[in-house]
Amino acid sequence: MPNISRAEVAHLAKLARLAVTDDELDVFAGQLDQILDAVAKVGEVAGDDIPPTSHAVPLTNVFREDVVRPGLTQQQALAGAPAAEEGRFRVPRILGEEQ
Amino acid sequence: MTDLTRFTAAELAEKIRGREVSAVEVTQAHLNRIAEVDGAVNAFLHLDAEGALAAARAVDEAAEPASALAGVPLALKDVLTTRDMPTTCGSKTLEGWVPPYDATVTRKLREAGMPILGKTNMDEFAMGSSTENSAFGPTRNPWDPTRIPGGSGGGSAASLAAFEAPLAIGTDTGGSIRQPGAVTGTVGVKPTYGGVSRYGLVAFSSSLDQAGPCARTVLDAALLHEVIAGHDPLDSTSIDAPVPPVVAAAREGLRGDLTGVKVGVVTEFAGDGYQAGVQRSFEAAVAQLRALGAEVVEVSCPNFTYALPAYYLIAPSECSSNLARFDAMRYGLRVADDGRHSAEEVMSLTREAGFGAEVKRRVMLGTYALSSGYYDAYYGSAQKVRTLIKRDFDDAFERVDVLVSPTTPTTAFKIGERVDDPLAMYLADLCTIPANLAGNAAMSVPSGLSDEDGLPVGLQIMAPALADDRLYRVGAAYEVARGSIIDRVPELKGATL
Amino acid sequence: MTAVADLMDYDEVLERFDPVLGLEVHVELNTNTKMFCGCANLFGGEPNTHVCPTCLGLPGSLPVVNGKAVESAIRIGLALNCEIAPWCRFARKNYFYPDMPKNFQTSQYDEPIAFNGYLDVTLDDGEVVRVEIERAHMEEDTGKSLHVGGATGRIHGAEHSLLDYNRAGVPLIEIVTKPITGTGARAPEVARAYVSALRDLLLALGVSDVRMDQGSLRCDANVSLMTKDATEFGTRTETKNVNSLRSVERAVRYEMTRQAAVLADGGKVTQETRHFQEADGTTSPGRTKETAEDYRYFPEPDLVPIAPPAEWVGQLRGTLPEMPAARRQRIQTEWGLTAEELRDLFNSGAVDRVEATVAAGAKPGDARGWWINFLAQEANSREVELTALPITPGQVARVIELVSTGELTNKLAREVVKGVLAGEGEPDEVVEKRGLKVVSDDSALLAAVDEALAAQPDIADKIRGGKVQAAGAIVGSVMKATKGQADAKRVRELILERVGQG
Ligand SMILES: [Mg+2]
Ligand SMILES: [Zn+2]
Repeated sequence: MPNISRAEVAHLAKLARLAVTDDELDVFAGQLDQILDAVAKVGEVAGDDIPPTSHAVPLTNVFREDVVRPGLTQQQALAGAPAAEEGRFRVPRILGEEQ
Repeated sequence: MTDLTRFTAAELAEKIRGREVSAVEVTQAHLNRIAEVDGAVNAFLHLDAEGALAAARAVDEAAEPASALAGVPLALKDVLTTRDMPTTCGSKTLEGWVPPYDATVTRKLREAGMPILGKTNMDEFAMGSSTENSAFGPTRNPWDPTRIPGGSGGGSAASLAAFEAPLAIGTDTGGSIRQPGAVTGTVGVKPTYGGVSRYGLVAFSSSLDQAGPCARTVLDAALLHEVIAGHDPLDSTSIDAPVPPVVAAAREGLRGDLTGVKVGVVTEFAGDGYQAGVQRSFEAAVAQLRALGAEVVEVSCPNFTYALPAYYLIAPSECSSNLARFDAMRYGLRVADDGRHSAEEVMSLTREAGFGAEVKRRVMLGTYALSSGYYDAYYGSAQKVRTLIKRDFDDAFERVDVLVSPTTPTTAFKIGERVDDPLAMYLADLCTIPANLAGNAAMSVPSGLSDEDGLPVGLQIMAPALADDRLYRVGAAYEVARGSIIDRVPELKGATL
Repeated sequence: MTAVADLMDYDEVLERFDPVLGLEVHVELNTNTKMFCGCANLFGGEPNTHVCPTCLGLPGSLPVVNGKAVESAIRIGLALNCEIAPWCRFARKNYFYPDMPKNFQTSQYDEPIAFNGYLDVTLDDGEVVRVEIERAHMEEDTGKSLHVGGATGRIHGAEHSLLDYNRAGVPLIEIVTKPITGTGARAPEVARAYVSALRDLLLALGVSDVRMDQGSLRCDANVSLMTKDATEFGTRTETKNVNSLRSVERAVRYEMTRQAAVLADGGKVTQETRHFQEADGTTSPGRTKETAEDYRYFPEPDLVPIAPPAEWVGQLRGTLPEMPAARRQRIQTEWGLTAEELRDLFNSGAVDRVEATVAAGAKPGDARGWWINFLAQEANSREVELTALPITPGQVARVIELVSTGELTNKLAREVVKGVLAGEGEPDEVVEKRGLKVVSDDSALLAAVDEALAAQPDIADKIRGGKVQAAGAIVGSVMKATKGQADAKRVRELILERVGQG
């Protein structure tokens, strides 16, 4: 059964890009532990012989024709941007590396 | 003239068609009502009086009605995009964001000549069962302003119960249309998954989300259902099949005869945790269905007890991914952009500042459930439970036409009562979640008031995928037999509490 | 970080280690529209003008799969001798990066559309190496960032960045090899030849522009070393975005010598990504395994599974062109070429033209000669691609025919070709207009010969005296007088006849 530590919550917060506070670490550690305890119940019936269901309705092969459709203008695209410059979205310096 | 806000949508549409009243008058009456009472209800996050009146005027000037609901105004949950109004999803992170495009549902409403009064309050990103998780303050239940209107679509349901709108659109991921419907004494329908386009519905849990109609009567819900449903090539999960004949089914149901209909009572949804008044109301409803000629049998769906835990793995997992886009780079809130912080830091600080506690909790829960080493035990197992629940439904629907249960285990609880206890809050969706996991259709229809607290109770009706019409037939028959309760909602006092 | 790495001498590397390669190639498809939306798939353009709610990742937007991209993916899979999955799904690869609008990449994870194939790669000396393909899967490209401020214009030291999402959502096929072992000293060459062969194949399929310089074909090279007695692979590095064929070769070679030095020194190779430096051919460290993201893959709920019907796959199989390797083999056999001739032919970029010229009736040797020599020079001096020259294979074949029937000399033929290139019409028209026919009328030639002999009596005497080689000067005069339209051989015969030496 899970036992979520503060360190694990901190790791999750980092993965999820949430700059959580120290207080939140404690609160979330307790709550996530409690919730995970409750939901771990799914393991009781999830046998190897049961296929998973990812989609409620069993559709396949939904394709679009390769035909250009009008999209947004540059102005529309940038209208909601916190900052823009030279027709581009302006963002703070990027430290990480491309994948 | 009688207050125009008291009519059903079907009645209003007929009056407008017959030029007995104008669409502008109907829309103005609802705008006036909103101005009068919404300070007390807080159902709306944005209003668009000008846009709504312009749409109404266009209906009045048109030679032919654009649809069966032409001129009937409505309220739209603030999770569907609108190019002329903000779409905030009840979140600070999207405060003031005006999308450059309309959701397919929005487009269909406009094409149907339905004035959009405004956008309704909701739990942030549809995560919650009380609308207390809105960044813009809770919505109050018109039956008792100290109580929650349900969630996440509390704003839509409350707008109906407060007579601010005759119709509303909700979205239902785990019960967010039906549970608010139940606790506000209104009708709410989650259509078959894929029945209504999700294009422009800001995703919470993509494999579960479904928009649907909210109304004060079953027929009104059916009329709205036909406006918004249908195949959409912009949504890959949209079903390319005719819309089930829900309006015809509702009219058939209104004749008050359920002879030949087989109704299954889900035996798992009773007992501990179910309020006595809710149980008694449900038993009375079952007796009523039998009196209408339905054959009622008990049906066991043993895996339904695993639905809630499966849901609280699947929905958070999908939301952790869906909400990743709120990163302060392209739209929405950005904090700490002071030249000292990197993009990565601005992302984390903005998400921390822009999301409420429940959203963060679910994002972290989902991040955990999907991470390597835990996937199989959590997300993978939850997807298997989904298979089992589908099988339970399949088995049940071999024996019966529809399944019934209470919509919620309790009536509306007090604002603030469960905010610090996520697990207690999650129980509100106990009965509604199976239909989301399996993708089939379900409705909540008012089943009177609980005898112990005088608050509305909902009867949930569930039908197989693509058999949405069955909900309407049974729901309408039950509604006409049981009689309306909505007129018993107390008059709201004043603009503020 | 910037310390110059120790490198081991290449021969010593090979004495002590066996290299193992793994190549990941990303190919941008040349569909009209993006992978999941109807935006134009165009290189360049004003920033953020080929965008829509979907490829900008706006709230509420949804993807719909481009059927043509799936078709291309299947054709690529078939051309790589892969099995095509009867059922597969897209998955979300979750990680945050500003050039990725949704902060997840819609990709395929454990269910690629194509898997278990191979590509036969011919090295320069004709040796064929079979490279096994692990998988080919569909995904979407990211946007592009422009780093502003700082000295280098690179990401490090930049003050802020500007994002353009025109490229976001462009369809990509990622092709991953199985570990390539046993190539020894030729590992760098195999890596280059594989990418080159893959490029040819994609070009033949017509599914991509395969422009490494524009990023429509990008290669990541995984390299590890095994000591000679080892039974398990060593720790690998992944050198990202190696952007030319030559760089692929250099990057592999560099990593071999760098890793060998680390290992020989008793050190351990760090599992990490590395960046290739075009300028000096070195690689520098990037992200280590410890800081690698946990991608939290899960099936994409917004897209439904893909289950290509067998008839569709069969029909697509029928659309495959002759594969480059098979074509090389066929051409070599049919035309009887040496390995070197074959290589020159393919390097010339004129294979299609030569084949078409042969198909129009020319002998392979003549056709090759014209295209690889004279026409290649013409293209060169005009600074255009050979295929851009305004002459058709049919026209070249006609010129060759005129030479073989003796109606044109080689020299005249070149004039005719120049005329065609100058837009003067078909070869026969050029011959007509420029009056380039060989003068085969003996009486006309005899007059010219007599005139030349009379003009140079001393030379005529020399010939008469037995100095037959002196006839060359008279031939020259006659050719000059006939503007080169005479058959020099015949002129010589007539001169000798005239002076009694015939
Ligand atoms: Mg990839
Ligand atoms: Zn797009």
